[in-house]
Amino acid sequence: MARSAVPAAAPDVAALRDRARIIRRHIVEMLHEAASGHPGGSLSAVEVVTALYFGGILRHDPENPEWPERDRFVLSKGHGVPVQYAALAMAGYFPVDELRTLRKIDSRLQGHPVLGTAPGIEASTGSLGQGLSIGLGMALAARLDDMDSRVFVLLGDGECQEGQVWEAAMAAGHHRPANLIAIVDYNKFQLDGAIEDIIGLEPLAAKWESMGWKTREIDGHDMQQVVDALEWSTQAGEPVCIIAHTVKGKGVSFMEGDNAYHGVAPSNEELPRALSELERGDPEEENARALGSADVLDRAEASIDASAESNGKGGGR
Amino acid sequence: MNHLYPGRTFGKATRDAYGEALRDLGRDHEEIVVLDADLAKSTKSATFGEAFPDRFFNVGIQEANLVGMAGGMASSGKVPFISSFAAFVILKGFDQLRMAVSYPKLNVKVIGSHGGISIGEDGASQQSVEDVALACALPDFVVCVPSDEHQMRAVVKAAFEHHGPVYIRSGRPKAPLVYDTTPEFAFGKAATLRDGSDLTIIANGLLVAAALIAAERLAEDGIEARVVDMACVKPLDEDAVRSAAEDTGAIVVAEEHLLHGGLGARVAQAVATSHPVPMEFVGLDDTYAESGDPAGLMEKYGLTWKEVDAAARRVLSRRTAGAAR
Ligand SMILES: Cc1ncc(C[n+]2csc(CCOP(=O)(O)OP(=O)(O)O)c2C)c(N)n1
Ligand SMILES: [Mg+2]
Repeated sequence: MARSAVPAAAPDVAALRDRARIIRRHIVEMLHEAASGHPGGSLSAVEVVTALYFGGILRHDPENPEWPERDRFVLSKGHGVPVQYAALAMAGYFPVDELRTLRKIDSRLQGHPVLGTAPGIEASTGSLGQGLSIGLGMALAARLDDMDSRVFVLLGDGECQEGQVWEAAMAAGHHRPANLIAIVDYNKFQLDGAIEDIIGLEPLAAKWESMGWKTREIDGHDMQQVVDALEWSTQAGEPVCIIAHTVKGKGVSFMEGDNAYHGVAPSNEELPRALSELERGDPEEENARALGSADVLDRAEASIDASAESNGKGGGR
Repeated sequence: MNHLYPGRTFGKATRDAYGEALRDLGRDHEEIVVLDADLAKSTKSATFGEAFPDRFFNVGIQEANLVGMAGGMASSGKVPFISSFAAFVILKGFDQLRMAVSYPKLNVKVIGSHGGISIGEDGASQQSVEDVALACALPDFVVCVPSDEHQMRAVVKAAFEHHGPVYIRSGRPKAPLVYDTTPEFAFGKAATLRDGSDLTIIANGLLVAAALIAAERLAEDGIEARVVDMACVKPLDEDAVRSAAEDTGAIVVAEEHLLHGGLGARVAQAVATSHPVPMEFVGLDDTYAESGDPAGLMEKYGLTWKEVDAAARRVLSRRTAGAAR
């Protein structure tokens, strides 16, 4: 959806869910092919990224990635870039086949986003904590130029432990750009284990609010809630933070809540299992599953308890 | 990466040896505390953390805070060993390393894991190509790049016994063995692994095994290379550098780091002020690398025995040309 404002017609949520499913398939296939990378944090961000690119939220032009008035999407949690590459390919920025080159020598699809490589990437990230500052700079630059470009920045929950995130949050609270939207992928895990066991973030919404941000908490896998929150964020008129409660590894049962898959790609045996779970199902059933938001949150909490017990299995890097 | 090191046996990754050595030291020394920034399972500081949970702090994804806290612990009598990827602990913690550790000369040991480009697929943001230069720029810091698991164990012990700041770089992949057992090691003392009279190859990290292979190939052509493991980049073993220059008259330096500011630059400085001879350098030439398999990257960016071999032949022809003049 290039160059137009948010369409008058409401986005087709069922179609978005199907897109999300296909993006998940691309993620597991691409990581399997690369034999490395970060499935957990890619899969937890699928609904948010799908809604941004395909739900009429992000105003962009795959034919002209440098269109000056475009909205920007900065993936601050750069290790989750497979989800962005999948969305960019499906949007037409580059051929879907190119996804197979992820993490290989001479590929445009670097293991973490690099500005100037794959079209559609807006910032080099991978050292956590930096994207919100970059997004703030972009938002203020657009304001100076009288452009109504919006800037969406996706952060990890573990990433929110970095001091720079809060420097940027405080600076945005002061400058009050109306076009800056932070989204936290609150999947409750970081690399070494559960956020709560390492450095807890709560009260997270209150932290953002105390720095002058409007916040909204959603189930980050409920496509309707994601779309609604993103639409609301563009109308808020001040810095907005969407806290998306998610499940790390969402969509692949054996990855959900098992933080071993933070940084371990699916094996040859695991790939078909993952893909079969991501086949198009009965639409009724899919609907019910997508709406089971309370269930999603319950499971996220249960997995935190479980990891506290087992001390997790650890990242692959 | 095995095919890049023909004929060599592989041991553990230096990061694994780090975790084990630290845990062993921790048994006897209550004053050791270990801090990590959400990479404990990768840096292997978790090996200590599992054995001594009370003396282990995972501070989350906060490298600046990690270094600052270590400063406070050190000035309160603890001996902190702190770790993250080299790219994060050195680069994100640099001002804190300067203000909270180097300037007050505090007893903090900093371990940067996943050094160099042999970390592979994660790409340039996680690869550290400038950590040695930056660590060397901090006054009073001792800076070491061990070549294999055995030397890492010796370096960790020396770091504990030394009172003052130390930086140690560890690596992600399994490393080819250079030693059979824990070697003698002291800061400022290089190890001569092979003697030769035609030139000297000075290396550290993974390039030591590459240098040994290059020396074997050169010997097949009648060229005898001395090979020196310069794990300790600072303080540099200036005596070893001077005698390399005097005895062999040509020097190649090889490292998994930018050419600027690392081992090569420091050796060149020592050569220039003692006994100037022709030199050649193997390292990254003013560039970041990229994502890819570790071996493929080492080949693409010219960090294998082949480049060491070629540099040796270049330096010899330059010396011959010089002598003819
Ligand atoms: C500055 C920095 N420190 C450490 C890392 C290594 N690292 C990569 S992912 C990760 C955990 C991130 O956790 P979170 O932000 O919660 O991401 P998600 O759960 O979505 O994967 C860490 C520590 C990094 N990339 N950057
Ligand atoms: Mg997380």
